[in-house]
Amino acid sequence: MFFNLPFIVAALLVILGIITMLIKRNLIKMIMGLSLVEAGVNLLLVSLGYRAGGIAPIFTNAPAGVMVMPTVQAMTLTNIVIGIATTALLLSFVMVIYRMYGTANANKVRKLRG
Amino acid sequence: MLDTYTLQTGTGFWDPVVWIVVFLVAFLIALTIWLLGEKDYRHGTQQVKPFLSGNVEPEKAEVHMRAGNLYWGFTEAMKGYYSRLVPLHTGVLNDYVLWFLGVMALVFVIVGVVA
Amino acid sequence: MMQEIILQNLPALLLAVPMLGAFVTPLIGRAGGGARNLWTVAVMLATLAIAIVLTAQVLTSGTVVYTFGAGAADLTVPVDSGGIPIRIIFTVDAMGAFMALSASIVGLGVMLYSLSSASRSTGQNGYYALLLLLVVGILGMVCTGDMFNFFVFLEINSLAGAALVAYRVDKGVAVEGGLKYAVLSTLGGLLVLFAIALLYGQYDALNIAVLASRIQFTPLDQIALVMLLVALAMKAGAVPMHFWTPDAYSMAPSAITALLVVASQASLYGVFRVVFTLYGLTLDYVTIGWIIIILGVLSMFVGVTMALPQKDVKRLMAYHAVSQTGYMLLGVGVGLAVLGNQQLLDTYGTIAMEGGIFHIINHAMYKGLLFLTAGAIFYRTGTRNLNQLGGLGHSMKWTMVFFIIGALAIAGIPPFNGFASKLMIYESVFLFNPLLAIIAMVVSILTLASFVKVFHAIFMGPRLPEYADVGEAPAPMLIGMALLSLLVILFGVFPQEVVDILIAPAADALINQGGYIASVLGGV
Repeated sequence: MFFNLPFIVAALLVILGIITMLIKRNLIKMIMGLSLVEAGVNLLLVSLGYRAGGIAPIFTNAPAGVMVMPTVQAMTLTNIVIGIATTALLLSFVMVIYRMYGTANANKVRKLRG
Repeated sequence: MLDTYTLQTGTGFWDPVVWIVVFLVAFLIALTIWLLGEKDYRHGTQQVKPFLSGNVEPEKAEVHMRAGNLYWGFTEAMKGYYSRLVPLHTGVLNDYVLWFLGVMALVFVIVGVVA
Repeated sequence: MMQEIILQNLPALLLAVPMLGAFVTPLIGRAGGGARNLWTVAVMLATLAIAIVLTAQVLTSGTVVYTFGAGAADLTVPVDSGGIPIRIIFTVDAMGAFMALSASIVGLGVMLYSLSSASRSTGQNGYYALLLLLVVGILGMVCTGDMFNFFVFLEINSLAGAALVAYRVDKGVAVEGGLKYAVLSTLGGLLVLFAIALLYGQYDALNIAVLASRIQFTPLDQIALVMLLVALAMKAGAVPMHFWTPDAYSMAPSAITALLVVASQASLYGVFRVVFTLYGLTLDYVTIGWIIIILGVLSMFVGVTMALPQKDVKRLMAYHAVSQTGYMLLGVGVGLAVLGNQQLLDTYGTIAMEGGIFHIINHAMYKGLLFLTAGAIFYRTGTRNLNQLGGLGHSMKWTMVFFIIGALAIAGIPPFNGFASKLMIYESVFLFNPLLAIIAMVVSILTLASFVKVFHAIFMGPRLPEYADVGEAPAPMLIGMALLSLLVILFGVFPQEVVDILIAPAADALINQGGYIASVLGGV
């Protein structure tokens, strides 16, 4: 792998997502930041399975050689599905909050404090 | 037999059954003393109404001490502590995430430096 | 024959029964509310029965290992795999069985209570389905022996919990609480997955036993440990990451709050599993132990001092939940800090861990009881504001009795169960460091103070005219509260039995990492 590039990009995505969550005050943008973090973690998971010169992990008529690891691909698919459900739930929460409060700004959505 | 019901804490022990028996005995003594008291009081007459030296009794809602007034002395004495702690609970979501990641960074530094 | 099948597949049934119940509930709900209520109570009773039988099996014949998809339940390592357990394995040791039992008991109490507390709301089909899914999430987290499976159940837990917190939209305030809970839980879950990816990348294994046998404390392992520890501690509500706890707990329906407390404790179980079983003695146990102790002490003190001036009764109780989590962290942290030193472990370390673990089940019961009483008061009067309540002791006598039992238990007053576990924590932590024990006792006094305030504000005083027509709580609520308070009293009057049968095996299962590995890998 070219100087561990996938791992660096994954860490960068996670850091960018975290920075988005910390800086942006709009709730929708915070959830986008959460999506970025999830994308970074998925990229990390998939790139962990790569073996140099490996082929797809299918046994039928497989040529000799090393195969990439399939476990991480299963983990990534599971995480993508979890991410869909989470993002859908969070976005529907923000919709209801916007309808009830009239704003989606985190500085104003703070009736619960103290 | 009592050994099976005793909680052993390595340096001491605690017998809840003995405690309950002692409490019941003390309660029975207190009950006996209470039963030897005055019995002639009539319910529903002037005897049960509060007497405030002839003054008018205020509304029931004003007589009851509300929760915000209890422990005023404690919160007043700890004003320095509370005036710094309560504003930290802002209610803004970004601050919650900031605290979470800040503690994670701090624990990273501690584990990295010490271990 | 049927009995054989059930007994062999107990861990799978423990999750399959409530999951099936959750998915079938909306279907049965079409036949009317009564049928659906009957179905959900039956499912919860069946789950409790399975949990009791599983606990009995674990306590008599050792750790129960269940391999999904294998020929026999304990065929963990297939013959042609080269010594690697390749399927998802549920490892139910004494600690996991203990957590599953406490979750099932509180789940039954909550289900009985919900029969009347949710009766006035719309969307009840979704409520009961999500409640059963939350129970599935908790049970899955404590029974699994696989790290990625743990993450999946953690996410089920977070999503079902967040949806239930926002259940009563309540002009958007409940949804705000649910949003905060969901965002923080999701971020924590993603960081947990990051750590699991780091561990997988190094050791090529997801099973906790295999990871435990291969782990060294490399820098990447240290990063993974910190991420797992802090994210799971945040989910459990440790200070200074506790800000979501009062928001979510105060706006959820009361029955759900009682179950959310158990969900937080399942995350606490995750912290213990990672630190004791996954890493074991390879980590720097003194440093990590002191980190957990500091988190615990901060939680205790900040939790109770923030609780005292609160005006919303459920927000006050939520801060107390944070404070009591500190006791559990303190007890088990002391046990961790002396993990390598067998002599100190025998003197006070094991007792400290037993105290912390005993406090988990005690807290689940008396905190659940207190939240249920707060819910009964809200159901009858429509307000949670302590400045407006008063004089309810005249009309809600049974609720007052249950509240007194719960308040005395949380303050650590004999003869209730809170005193038994707190005594174990005080005495063992005092030998470790006297200052910590003194802070714990002061926090106990402040806990009693704030509950005396709540008791006076709600129940004492003259009958107020605005609550003249308030009656006693409905019968299903009283039955749920009675179940929990009966256990509070029983665990308080017979603490040594509980410690001998349930708690000591759980503490031993945590300390004995080798036993855990051997039960999955077969003594290799």
